[in-house]
Amino acid sequence: MCSSQPLLVTFREAIMTAYTDPPKESFQLSQLIHDTRYRSYTFQFIALVLLLAGVGYLLSNLFENLRNAGLSISYGFLGQPAGYDINQTLIDYTNQDTHMRASVVGVLNTLLVAFLGCITATILGVFAGVGRLSKNWLVAKLMSVYVEAFRNVPVLIWILIISTIVTIMPSPRAFKGETPDAEMLFGMVAFTNRGVYIPKPVWNEGSAVVVAVFVLSVIGMFAYRAYAKKLLFNTGKLLPMGWPSLVILFVPAVLAFFVMGRPIGIDIPKLGGFNFTGGIDLQRPLIALWLALSIYTGAFIAENVRAGIQAISRGQTEAAASLGLRPGRIMSLVILPQALRVIIPPVISQYLNLTKNSSLAIAVGYMDLTGTLGGITLNQTGRAIECVLLLMLFYLIISLSISAIMNAYNNRVKLKER
Amino acid sequence: MSDTHSQLAFVRTEMLAQKEPPAKDKGAVKWVRTNLFSSWSNTILTLVAFYVIVKLIVSAGPWFANGLWDTNSLSECRAILDGARGACFSVLSERWQQLLFGIAYPSDQYWRPTLAFVIMLVAAAPVLFVKLPRILLVVTGLFPFVAYWLLWGGTFLTPLVSLIGVIAGYYAFKNVERFGFVLGLGAGVIVAAIVWKIGGALTASMDDVLALRAVASRDMGGYMLNMMLGVVCISLSLPIGIMLALGRQSHMPIIKGISVVFIEFIRGVPLITLLFVASVVLAYFFPPETNMDLILRVIIMITMFSSAYIAEVIRGGLAALPKGQYEAADSLGLDYAQAMRLIILPQALKISIPGIVNVAVGLFKDTTLVSVISMFDLVGMIRGPILASTEWNGVYWELYGFAALLFFVTCYSISQYSQWLERQLRTDHR
Amino acid sequence: MKKSVFLGALTVAGLTAGAAAAGTLDDVKARGKLNCGVTTGLVGFAAPDANGEWQGFDVAICRAVAAATLGDPKAVEFVPTTGKTRFTALASGEIDVLARNTTWTFSRDTDLKFDFIGINYYDGQGFMVPKSLGVTSAKELDGATVCIQTGTTTELNLADFFRTNNITYTPVPIETNAEAQPLYLEGACDVYTTDASGLAATRAAFENPGEHVILPEIISKEPLGPLVRHGDNEWGDIVSFTFYALVAAEEYGITSANVEEMAAGTENPEINRILGTEGDLGAMIGLDNAWAKNAIAAVGNYGEIFAKNIGEETPVGLARGLNAQWKDGGLMYAPPFR
Repeated sequence: MCSSQPLLVTFREAIMTAYTDPPKESFQLSQLIHDTRYRSYTFQFIALVLLLAGVGYLLSNLFENLRNAGLSISYGFLGQPAGYDINQTLIDYTNQDTHMRASVVGVLNTLLVAFLGCITATILGVFAGVGRLSKNWLVAKLMSVYVEAFRNVPVLIWILIISTIVTIMPSPRAFKGETPDAEMLFGMVAFTNRGVYIPKPVWNEGSAVVVAVFVLSVIGMFAYRAYAKKLLFNTGKLLPMGWPSLVILFVPAVLAFFVMGRPIGIDIPKLGGFNFTGGIDLQRPLIALWLALSIYTGAFIAENVRAGIQAISRGQTEAAASLGLRPGRIMSLVILPQALRVIIPPVISQYLNLTKNSSLAIAVGYMDLTGTLGGITLNQTGRAIECVLLLMLFYLIISLSISAIMNAYNNRVKLKER
Repeated sequence: MSDTHSQLAFVRTEMLAQKEPPAKDKGAVKWVRTNLFSSWSNTILTLVAFYVIVKLIVSAGPWFANGLWDTNSLSECRAILDGARGACFSVLSERWQQLLFGIAYPSDQYWRPTLAFVIMLVAAAPVLFVKLPRILLVVTGLFPFVAYWLLWGGTFLTPLVSLIGVIAGYYAFKNVERFGFVLGLGAGVIVAAIVWKIGGALTASMDDVLALRAVASRDMGGYMLNMMLGVVCISLSLPIGIMLALGRQSHMPIIKGISVVFIEFIRGVPLITLLFVASVVLAYFFPPETNMDLILRVIIMITMFSSAYIAEVIRGGLAALPKGQYEAADSLGLDYAQAMRLIILPQALKISIPGIVNVAVGLFKDTTLVSVISMFDLVGMIRGPILASTEWNGVYWELYGFAALLFFVTCYSISQYSQWLERQLRTDHR
Repeated sequence: MKKSVFLGALTVAGLTAGAAAAGTLDDVKARGKLNCGVTTGLVGFAAPDANGEWQGFDVAICRAVAAATLGDPKAVEFVPTTGKTRFTALASGEIDVLARNTTWTFSRDTDLKFDFIGINYYDGQGFMVPKSLGVTSAKELDGATVCIQTGTTTELNLADFFRTNNITYTPVPIETNAEAQPLYLEGACDVYTTDASGLAATRAAFENPGEHVILPEIISKEPLGPLVRHGDNEWGDIVSFTFYALVAAEEYGITSANVEEMAAGTENPEINRILGTEGDLGAMIGLDNAWAKNAIAAVGNYGEIFAKNIGEETPVGLARGLNAQWKDGGLMYAPPFR
């Protein structure tokens, strides 16, 4: 005991001196390996050198190979006429436009199918996810079968199968003749194996007024609902919500429609020549890809929804019930707001997956970016490296933007703890 | 006491026998009432669901029942069916070998991939189920070498030499490790390389010792190719994924930067563009005098792809560990390699397993995309040679149905395993 | 050290290394196999049969080249390629010859740096429609939906044709022939367009081929031929003259049946030169003198190949037409062998 005392003192002194007076040791090369303060620099330096050497090696191979083959990297082909036609375009395009414009058409088509797919996949996914938790045994089992069947089979096989299913729908020829084999739904919508033909609104003179009135009604409806909510919170007075909203929404617009002399008409698709003409034509590849992607991704979203709802403990439901809330209100006011925080991040990454899977459009002939830039343009020009690079760049931008949105959302809904 | 007794008209002295519950509250009727028709909305749902099921059975039933298994072509099927609805399963009975093994794998050698598959199941068992005897891990360790020999053929000496190299490298690593993890690793690699070099030189002339018929990589196809790509790429991507995850967690900005850029880049592009890179671009990045097989280029790209996803799963596992574990490791005086190897990774990997299994299932499904770049995997076989042949041109449902079924059986069993494992790992009591 | 480790690991993984920078012939000889790019499956031209053996018109060219260079028609690795991957596969040295009914165009020969070594099939793009539509000319197709097999020059020809005739159409691009068929048969498109040879092959596989007609218009010239990398002219010569030897063999009546007999020597010096009994033609292209004999013995002459794979006796059922010998009014014309 006694003997240890001086030792402790010297030790403490040693520490004190170390604090006050750091040893002025000279820097030795061996510290780069043995001293943890410097070792990280050594590692990073080595990593950087290896990386640069690797990249340099690959690039030098690339240039040597290109020189041997007499090729060069050039994006000049983007300015040349594409020469091919595209069936589904959101912007004007003819085969005399450039490869660049064909790529833009492809980009828009990718975004179109991704957008449509995300909406329907969400609807399907929520139904299936809630259905799987349903007390109805048959519905729960049916939803389980749907979810498991689609989650466990490759999306490419589903795209091919659904494309085959779409193919055996009636052909436009079946709508012909005195006693046609197929009829249009409500005389307006035709489901054919070339695509779905739906009526197109025709905007005549004065339609702008009707649209303006409708927009104002929408604003008015939200204003009314906000006012009713405020009144409820301030005074406890409950205003009816349902029918007044509907009245505000539709009555002024309908009135304006008739006052202006019915300026908005519809163009119903008609059978003429080989195809239906008029209306909006959603081509078969779009329909097939859209269906396949939304059903496939819907199965994954269903699992996310189910997990999200199950993550909310039963105590929440019971507490809400003991406050006297009706089952519908329990869901909308207590469970969903909490579950959404769990559900939304994985669902957004499912949206991202859907967007990336839309590149399989190539299997059904939908002209998305992979079909135009990465397909026919690549085939025709033979500019493989350039096309693939541009293709990857586009998807990268999309993904990074979606991740940015997701991060922003996560930060916003993060539980403010501690 | 007796007074009260006498005042009452009737007192029961023994218990009544229990009554049966009312008919509507027992047995099948009760089950149906509570599970199917508990409310009017539920009734509607039940009826709709029932309608869907009946519709499916009515339309698909005769098709299955009339199925033909022993014709030689679709036109024969059509002639026999004579307008009736019916499947032409003969395409499966005639071409099942091509669907499973591809067009070019020698048919008298089919036992090899089959045996490799069985050994794979045995090898995977001890990894998947902790309760099995640990001695089975020997099979797991030997599996890559035996499988290589079985699938590609050639002399057994090649995998043997690489096995000896690996073992020698491991012992070198063990012996040098006390001077530092990095040094140990370097020593291991160098010793293994020397053994491979010497072994390769020694066995160069002994091509037919224990030799199986050699099969080139591009002769592999069908479902076997999907399996191979899945297994090889997942196993290769595990170590890379771990390194990337550690790199992303690292405090060294350059290492972290490299990992982040790599992971985000790979995760940001669809697999199909990476496969385009493999098929049309990657060949330009290798030295002019080498010429790499398409299958090898594809393996490289798919491995990069899956390692980025696995890295993210493992990063989740690392982040889920309580900070105390890291601090405890530090306070024990362990260096970084020791801390990771002995404390952090074993725990982080354990909680990442379900996620890794999910990535593996997803990747296995994605191996079908190689059909787009003209490889004859299961889907490629169907879309290419089989549908193009004169005999089977026009058979769709049977082939796609078969493909879907194969994948479903495989992926569903893996995902059931993953769910079971999740239940095993769950430590909270809900 | 590092490099050998890397290479060692790759060898284990199954690397096949070959030298592409040296002469292709030397590579092929060193490898013992010819790498030949073909389609993923087009009946009559290149498709694996039930036993996994590749069969077809383009395949025969590959086998002939293998027989000429290596003496063994079986020494061929067939590499299936798509419209997208074929050019890179050839440019990067993955394949030695591309025999995938590829149209000879100016830009492919110059900008993409390939050499077409000849034309083994004169084709043209045509249209097929169901008889029930009552269409007799492609100019009546205004407003039709057209299924196109992508990856060739088809899309461009089609766009040009409809533009010059000032009529409209809806294109439906399809990757493979097999996937285009159900679309056409179920009426998802009115018209199917691809090379006329492909149309014939496709129609042959239909349940009722008689219900479909191929329209008279041929809207493009499609000279299909094998191609090799630009720059290795020795290799180009070998492939080229192997092909012309097959054409010349038909002209002079050399068949796979009588080639052995004729190789013993004939009255005709041209035949003798081709079969290597006279002169030293083989040595001039770095092969042995029996090169053409081997090729003809392996696959037969041009006429035999045609008849066996796509001729009128086969399901594909193509007439010789432009592909007849020049003496019979066709375009097949081999340069003199001297």
